[in-house]
Amino acid sequence: MNFLSLFVLIPVLMMGGLFLAKNLKQIRLVATAGASLLLALAVGLVVAYLGERAAGNHEEMLFAAKCLWYAPLNIYYAVGVDGISVAMLLLSAIIVFTGVFASWKMEFLEKEFFLWFCLLATGVFGFFISLDLFTMFMYYEIALIPMYLLIGVWGSGRKEYSAMKLTLMLMAGSALLLLGILGIYFLSGESSMNLLELAKAHIPTQAQYWIFPLVFVGFGVLGALFPFHTWSPDGHASAPTAVSMLHAGVLMKLGGYGCFRVAIYLMPEAANHLAWIFIILTGISVIYGAYSAIVQTDLKYINAYSSVSHCGLVLFAILMLNQTAMNGAILQMLSHGLMTALFFALIGMIYGRTHTRDIRELGGLMKIMPFLGVCYVIAGLASLGLPGLSGFVAEMTVFVGAFQHTDTFHRVFTILACTSIVITAVYILRVVGKILYGPVTDKHYLALTDANWYERTSTVVLILAIAGIGLAPLWLSDMINGSLLPIIQHVKL
Amino acid sequence: MEYTFIIVLLPFLSFLFLGLAGKKLAPRVAGYVGTAVLAISAALSYLAAWQYFTTAKVGGVFKPWSMDFRWLNFTKDLHIDLGMLIDPIAVMMLVVITTVSLMVHLYSIGYMHGERGFQRYYAFLSLFTFSMLGLVVATNIFQMYIFWELVGVSSYLLIGFYYTKPEAVAASKKAFIVTRFADLGFLVGILLLSFYTGTFSFERLTSGDASLFNEAGGVTFMGCSVIGWALALIFIGGAGKSAMFPLHVWLPDAMEGPTPVSALIHAATMVVAGVYLVARLFPVYYLEAPDVLVLIAIVGAVTSLYAAVVACVQTDIKRVLAFSTISQIGFMMVGLGVSGLEGHEGLGYMASMFHLFTHAMFKALLFLGAGAIIHAVHSNEMGHMGGLRKYLPVTRFTFLIACLAIAGIPPFSGFFSKDEILAATFHFSPLLGAVMSFTAGLTAFYMFRLYYRIFWNKETRHDHAPHEAPRSMTIPLVFLAFVTLVAGPIPFGKFVTSDRAEYLIHLDWTVAGASVAIALVAIALATLLYRKESAIPDRLATSFKGLYTAAYKRFYLDELYLFVTKKIIFNGISRPIAWFDRHVVDGTMNGFATLSQRVSCAIRGFQSGQVQQYVMVILLGTLFITVLVLFI
Repeated sequence: MNFLSLFVLIPVLMMGGLFLAKNLKQIRLVATAGASLLLALAVGLVVAYLGERAAGNHEEMLFAAKCLWYAPLNIYYAVGVDGISVAMLLLSAIIVFTGVFASWKMEFLEKEFFLWFCLLATGVFGFFISLDLFTMFMYYEIALIPMYLLIGVWGSGRKEYSAMKLTLMLMAGSALLLLGILGIYFLSGESSMNLLELAKAHIPTQAQYWIFPLVFVGFGVLGALFPFHTWSPDGHASAPTAVSMLHAGVLMKLGGYGCFRVAIYLMPEAANHLAWIFIILTGISVIYGAYSAIVQTDLKYINAYSSVSHCGLVLFAILMLNQTAMNGAILQMLSHGLMTALFFALIGMIYGRTHTRDIRELGGLMKIMPFLGVCYVIAGLASLGLPGLSGFVAEMTVFVGAFQHTDTFHRVFTILACTSIVITAVYILRVVGKILYGPVTDKHYLALTDANWYERTSTVVLILAIAGIGLAPLWLSDMINGSLLPIIQHVKL
Repeated sequence: MEYTFIIVLLPFLSFLFLGLAGKKLAPRVAGYVGTAVLAISAALSYLAAWQYFTTAKVGGVFKPWSMDFRWLNFTKDLHIDLGMLIDPIAVMMLVVITTVSLMVHLYSIGYMHGERGFQRYYAFLSLFTFSMLGLVVATNIFQMYIFWELVGVSSYLLIGFYYTKPEAVAASKKAFIVTRFADLGFLVGILLLSFYTGTFSFERLTSGDASLFNEAGGVTFMGCSVIGWALALIFIGGAGKSAMFPLHVWLPDAMEGPTPVSALIHAATMVVAGVYLVARLFPVYYLEAPDVLVLIAIVGAVTSLYAAVVACVQTDIKRVLAFSTISQIGFMMVGLGVSGLEGHEGLGYMASMFHLFTHAMFKALLFLGAGAIIHAVHSNEMGHMGGLRKYLPVTRFTFLIACLAIAGIPPFSGFFSKDEILAATFHFSPLLGAVMSFTAGLTAFYMFRLYYRIFWNKETRHDHAPHEAPRSMTIPLVFLAFVTLVAGPIPFGKFVTSDRAEYLIHLDWTVAGASVAIALVAIALATLLYRKESAIPDRLATSFKGLYTAAYKRFYLDELYLFVTKKIIFNGISRPIAWFDRHVVDGTMNGFATLSQRVSCAIRGFQSGQVQQYVMVILLGTLFITVLVLFI
């Protein structure tokens, strides 16, 4: 039994505990205990990982283990982590932990909510520890399905429509993905599903040309690749707070991580030759998302479009196929995950009080709820890339890395992507100025209260993580860098 | 010199302390803590300056001292380090920043007394001071960019300090976005420069080592070398922060912030960051892209003239001072633009830095004086002032000293620094020199217009007599006035020069004499028009109505910006994109859904569950196939 499997086991056990729980108190106890355990485990993993590396372990994947699952197809349950998955696991654990606190007060069906929530977490953690394409795909699906119910039942607004749209679009993506995985399985000549073995094998270049787009788009749908991003605004707007947090914070990262781990890693030739198409698409995502965000009036729509822009930058950077840019992509995933989770948590808290997310109706909240206001400003500043917070580190690594590309085409697109920092500032400051500052728009707001202890816990943890990365990024960046080396060598033609 | 990092670190600690624990402190205590911390920083800066200038000279040249640690790795060559680079300009800036900041901290105890959010105010002031100090000691261009952004955000927070006031919120937003736009140029410039040179380090870039730029040799874009483009883009960043035309529009609005903040950020320190940036990279500009230096000189001159003209007709005293600041920074830019690198050619550089120093002192003094006036009459409008000389004696005398300094009357400090800029400019191009001399004349005119309209002219009736500011506010005034009085004869060329070697200043008496004469004439004119209430100014305004209104409206640049942002970006780009997203992209997706629904509606008749229908279909089908088989 490998200790990485605990990441999957704990959420499963939590589900058992929740099933037995008799009242709200016990539900919360189980959820909090499980989430804290996961967070502790993730932190422990980081320490153990860094320790192993410091001790001179140069294996590509650490703590690897596998056991045969289905012999006829050579499917294994294989786990292992490198610096990138460690970072993603830490991110997921933080988001799950804060998500539990953000959904402290559910209106109804608490038990069922947390059950689905844990299932979602199982899928997410499982995805990041998997080394086997099949189990990876399975966990991917496990993470997607609960979304439908979580949005459809506990959501708000046009929740049925949004839930349906989101699920169908992502399912269409995974259909492409499945095709791609089958292609890899049969054409690699390896009859293996193991990522590391597949990477050593060579998929015929001709085959790569059609598999790469399938896999990239399949994962790209989840990573909000233009023009397959439209599930995101509706989905986020309808989802309940914790689900938005988990979805934007972690689930969208599955897309970026998948593109990177499967599409680029296994099909380097196609990646090199077809990158330009996707660079154009992701470049559009970056700018287009930001411009769309400027005119939105619903807070969640603003952040959904902002996510399109920021996640576009993740895929954009991955496609630059050099170490620095890829490092930036991973950092951007972390940074975007944390700050979007913070945004959605705060929006949920504000919505819970004012019952509106329309920025035209909000105003002067800073005076009424200073704690939430300050947190919102911090999230905004992180999003627009203020040094000292995580967004800056990630964006600058992406920009500097992407600019090192020797092709003028890539550099021109990098400059275009850079312009997003100005547009981001515009929509962030517009929102902050509108909802937090200025006179109080509705006198009913004057009676509202500031954050509770559980809301504070949730936001403070996220802010600490954001500031932590922003102030001392070296260890994280070096940890990721080390793990990128084998991948880069593989991708270089 | 290791202790110098404490100078930077202390304000940061003070920010954390006041930001996190401020609410639990009494406002007064927060003010004392902030001020005390700054006092220590200032003392250490003076010590550092003294130590550096007395010991660092090796072979007639000041040797820079630096230390840094790795903050983030990008590639093999490119990495961000954070550290301290102590050289003459950095030391000078440390002294300027800590001095003005200390005065502003002290002053604010009185000025901001009883304001809501007093602790927050001090926390932000500390944050700003930290960021600004970090900016000036940056060892590499990326560190400078980091702190550049941080000063931008501190400025944003402080301009929007009165966040319930919509004007303040709008002004803070505008300031941030305009400077962010300029920073985009800075960032792209850094990317370009580092791509070709493979380093961020200032010491390497300015070492004069031409081999660094070999890689870019011959790479041109639109007829200009790529390094030239990089440097021009970096200058755009500097122009944004330093409010150069046409990126100056945020600065006058920034006056919505508390007045001491205007004194610190928008007069003495942050707005000269652009000048400092060019000065920091000066050898690169001079050796690799002299054309860009000419551009800088022209931009500086245009800005300077434009702002001086506008300042002549504004009626809000803080706005007059804001435009005056823009104009004076234009002078500094011109100084750099016309300067050479070595020996006597470096006069412009030295003068520009000197002017930066003296301007910081007397402009802070002017703003703090304006604060005392506003404190007394509760208005920014000249119309509500007049005849205040009896009520505010200390403010009046210190204000007068600053006015004389900025007008360039000897022996006040401004005379020396401005005169050297003029001399360098005349040396470079007599035409440019003439423009700058004219601008200097305008400066004297609008400053004395301001002085007379506030302290002389017609006395306005007040509900209760205005009274002099408290001690905590007048001490900084007197101190800065003292500096303004004595700073002129400082042998600046001994300390801060373009090649770090000693430079002997000798006044060019023809230029000096002419500029003093121009200033005196301008002052005389202002005296004539504004000392006593008179109808001439109004008559002049009506007879030059077009020019007057245009200048009053700042030549409609704000309207132009509003048009670009509101009409073009918001309505012309963003709205269509958002519409496109909802109706075309998403419409297509929904179209797929509708299509599948239609198809399924169309074929669902086959699955009705009625046996008769199934039998019917089977029979018809059999018949059809039979017919098909039989006849074909």
